[in-house]
Amino acid sequence: MTAIFIIAEVEKDDEVMAFLSYISLTFIPLLIGFILLYGTYKRVPTYESFVEGGKEGIKIAVSIIPFLVGMLVAISIFRASGALDALMNWLRPFMMTFGVPAEIVPLLIIRPISGTAALGMTSDLIGVYGPDSFIGRLASVLQGSTDTTFYVLTVYFGAVGIKKMGDALKVGLLADVVGIIVSIVIVAFIFGTT
Amino acid sequence: MVNYIWVAMTIIGIVFALINGNMEAVNKAVFDGAKEAVTLCIGLISVLVFWLGMMRIAEESGLLKKLTKLFRPLIKTLFPDVPSSHPAMGYILSNMISNMFGLGNAATPLGIKAMEELKKLNGGKNEASRSMITFLAINTASITIIPTTVIAIRINYHSASPTEIVVPTIIATILSAIGAVLIDRYFYYRRSRKG
Repeated sequence: MTAIFIIAEVEKDDEVMAFLSYISLTFIPLLIGFILLYGTYKRVPTYESFVEGGKEGIKIAVSIIPFLVGMLVAISIFRASGALDALMNWLRPFMMTFGVPAEIVPLLIIRPISGTAALGMTSDLIGVYGPDSFIGRLASVLQGSTDTTFYVLTVYFGAVGIKKMGDALKVGLLADVVGIIVSIVIVAFIFGTT
Repeated sequence: MVNYIWVAMTIIGIVFALINGNMEAVNKAVFDGAKEAVTLCIGLISVLVFWLGMMRIAEESGLLKKLTKLFRPLIKTLFPDVPSSHPAMGYILSNMISNMFGLGNAATPLGIKAMEELKKLNGGKNEASRSMITFLAINTASITIIPTTVIAIRINYHSASPTEIVVPTIIATILSAIGAVLIDRYFYYRRSRKG
């Protein structure tokens, strides 16, 4: 009985996943087709406009190189030297008093700094603790509901040459803190803490 | 502030390496970091060229304007400083929509374009305007509907229910976006009181 139930469950999830991946697979081609048809209908010189817009893309990509090089070098020095690990060890007891599980602390610190490192860590946490554990679920939700603040800031402001960021970094990091708290509360509330 | 953080990360890293005696790792990190950044940018070229090309067609055909009209009330509340018919609105919206569908590589070019328009609105100054900070806050909160990468990882590790985290993620993402906007508002009012 249980086995049948489990199989049915898995099949249902496969269907959901197939549907979701179908949507995301179809969405972009449909969007491209729609833009092109609508442009033709409105008598836009589609190909020429595309090329003109594309030229801008090259300029932007090249202009963000120095911003990203500067930021990523600093981040990788910070990581490779062991300073990041020290920061984590230092912050861990502090965060644990707020009910944050110790295993998740490194992910929380790395999430706003490095997208690839965070993805690796999420994958690692899910692998070690199991996708259906509290840690695994929390890592999943955190990965999905926050973004690499430093990267977004560097790329967006770098591309258009904003030098004075004002409160942007503070606002972005505080928003990450809110995201973290909300994720922990919601996962604990929906799935329990086991 | 960024200047200080940037210098602090580097210097603290070097000092740590001195203490721990792993200068070699730092030397490697300098080149690895630089290389990763350039690789990232080169990877971005293809996406930027394609999507900015597409969006130019969407802009010239009036599609972007139509989209803006549809969501005007929401966007007007979030960005009171941006005139509702301004092209920045169209780019902000398309960026948010791409993010929602998890199309990160389409979202970045649109976000950059939105920033560019917001900078024009701000008289081309090299200072972040109120709308820019709001836009960034919403972006870092990353509103997602389908977290595809995470679902894929969960399937990889044989989760009994890979998609069970979709609803919690949506709730978390919406609440943190609301939080981001409120924090942004708080800082805005603090700034404007200072004058």
